[in-house]
Amino acid sequence: MNRLQIPDVRGSLSRSWERLPRWGRFAVYVLLLVGAVLLPADSIGRIMAPESDWKSILFFPIGVYVLLAVGLNIVVGEAGLLDLGYVAFFAIGGYAMALLGTEQGWSFWVILPTAIAMAAVAGVILGAPTLRLRGDYLAIVTLGFGEIIRITANNSNWMGGPRGIAGIPHPPNVGHVSQLQYGVIDPKPYYYLVLALLVIVIVVVQRLKHSRVGRAWMAIREDEDAAELMGVPTFKFKLWAFAIGASIGGAGGVMFASKVIAITPSNFPFILSVLILAAVVMGGSGNIAGVILGAFLVAWLPERFRGFADYRVLVFGGALVVLMIFRPQGLLPSRQRAEEMTEGQGGMGSMGAETAAET
Amino acid sequence: MLLELDDVRVHYGKVEALKGVSLTVEEGEIVSLIGANGAGKSTTLKTISGLRKVSSGHVRFAGEDIGHMPGHRRVERGICQAPEGRGIFPGMSVVENLEMGAYARRGSVRGDTEDDFDRVFQLFPALADRKSQTGGTLSGGEQQMLAIGRALMARPRLLLLDEPSMGLAPKLVSQIFEIITEINGQGTTILVVEQNAAQALARAHRAYVLETGRIVKSAPARSLLEDDDVRAAYLGGRIGT
Repeated sequence: MNRLQIPDVRGSLSRSWERLPRWGRFAVYVLLLVGAVLLPADSIGRIMAPESDWKSILFFPIGVYVLLAVGLNIVVGEAGLLDLGYVAFFAIGGYAMALLGTEQGWSFWVILPTAIAMAAVAGVILGAPTLRLRGDYLAIVTLGFGEIIRITANNSNWMGGPRGIAGIPHPPNVGHVSQLQYGVIDPKPYYYLVLALLVIVIVVVQRLKHSRVGRAWMAIREDEDAAELMGVPTFKFKLWAFAIGASIGGAGGVMFASKVIAITPSNFPFILSVLILAAVVMGGSGNIAGVILGAFLVAWLPERFRGFADYRVLVFGGALVVLMIFRPQGLLPSRQRAEEMTEGQGGMGSMGAETAAET
Repeated sequence: MLLELDDVRVHYGKVEALKGVSLTVEEGEIVSLIGANGAGKSTTLKTISGLRKVSSGHVRFAGEDIGHMPGHRRVERGICQAPEGRGIFPGMSVVENLEMGAYARRGSVRGDTEDDFDRVFQLFPALADRKSQTGGTLSGGEQQMLAIGRALMARPRLLLLDEPSMGLAPKLVSQIFEIITEINGQGTTILVVEQNAAQALARAHRAYVLETGRIVKSAPARSLLEDDDVRAAYLGGRIGT
């Protein structure tokens, strides 16, 4: 078998990370968190986004994209299921916030858990019949699901049709701290809100990843048949991955809708599914740091290079192609992912496993 | 009787891959299933381990009809398969791969797996030297050993082996079969599917010959080695095995 040689897959950075003692890692986490809290500073904004409102893009697209990518990573990066319709769950969260907020007058803090549950149920409804499919077939069905939600919203009066829903309430203010006053002008409180949610999500996801569930996902990703033969209830765990990924997408939708006041179906295009998937894959699916980096770049680069006007998407596409040629495993891949790539199977879904039989 | 297939039919779409296969495996035996490419050997194993659904007929294991039980439950019952083409987890280390083998067991018993690791490393000393190496970096022979070792971690009553000699050098093939005999000696019943009929027949107690989805012969393995048809079809022309 000819094996593609990938030089220095893990990088010296991740190697020294693995040598860090527990307290050292904790210190790094604290530093990262402090960094994230200080990120909206004007001095940083002048460098990062001289042509746009840095604080505003920190919330959307950057913060929301990172949240979505972390959610999609569970489906694509951990369980190895190719989902091309992830935007559907983002839309479900967004529309839940919009409809329950305007029609029912519910508060953000009631809608958030409700929408998370609704998105999770939607994930199960989509997953139960389709997770028996594999690889590209699953991708096609999920793609369809993403479109179904958007087109349904476009054609349903109760969902506002093409004009969408306006007058979505903001989250309630918390005390009198200026960082927690949710109005129209200051985007910083929204950034801190999404940051807080992100921290909780990352902690939960990392716990899951290192549990029996995470090990089962890894086995399914690497060889679904072998996983079943080892006693892993593969269908159940794939459904779990879908539901958890979906609920994070739903949370992202609630965040987004609670700031923008009005949403329309055009906020949830197919291209958003692709962008988030690109973030996961180019960052390094399966590795949370890589995925966050990928989502940050996908969200930030087009904003940073607004000067290129219409060409920025072209440049972005070119950069993606170049990256996939020279670093197909992503910027910061997980150890296992890198190994699976060299093995030539276990890409997206289990397409590779099916073709691996040689006689 | 540990395992019984009774007139089992399996379809891939409209194509009937198994056309009424009946076979039995007694506790303590090594039974081999030989046949040409596409005869339905792998399908038979997958039907027993649960990767394929039966269209009709019965699969009974220790008296229980398991024909419609999902694969992961059958592992709990004591059936474990080392899949064709090895099917190890390439991104997991040797130890992690073996831990996956005990996945079903930890669910209920939560017993410690140390004895099982010892046993596997005793059977396959080559693996002991590669504990933290990832599965994808092992040689073909080592991957085969890992696949068998991983299946043993489940402490199966019935071990299913799909083409354990595939792609291995002749010397390794006889080594693998020696170990298979040793595992059987330790009390595990084995059903092995093989294209390398000479080795499979030499090591097994009984054998079945499968042709285009049907069992065409069943006999003690030794007598099949002497059988003219079998020699002509599966042993003839093979030099050095």
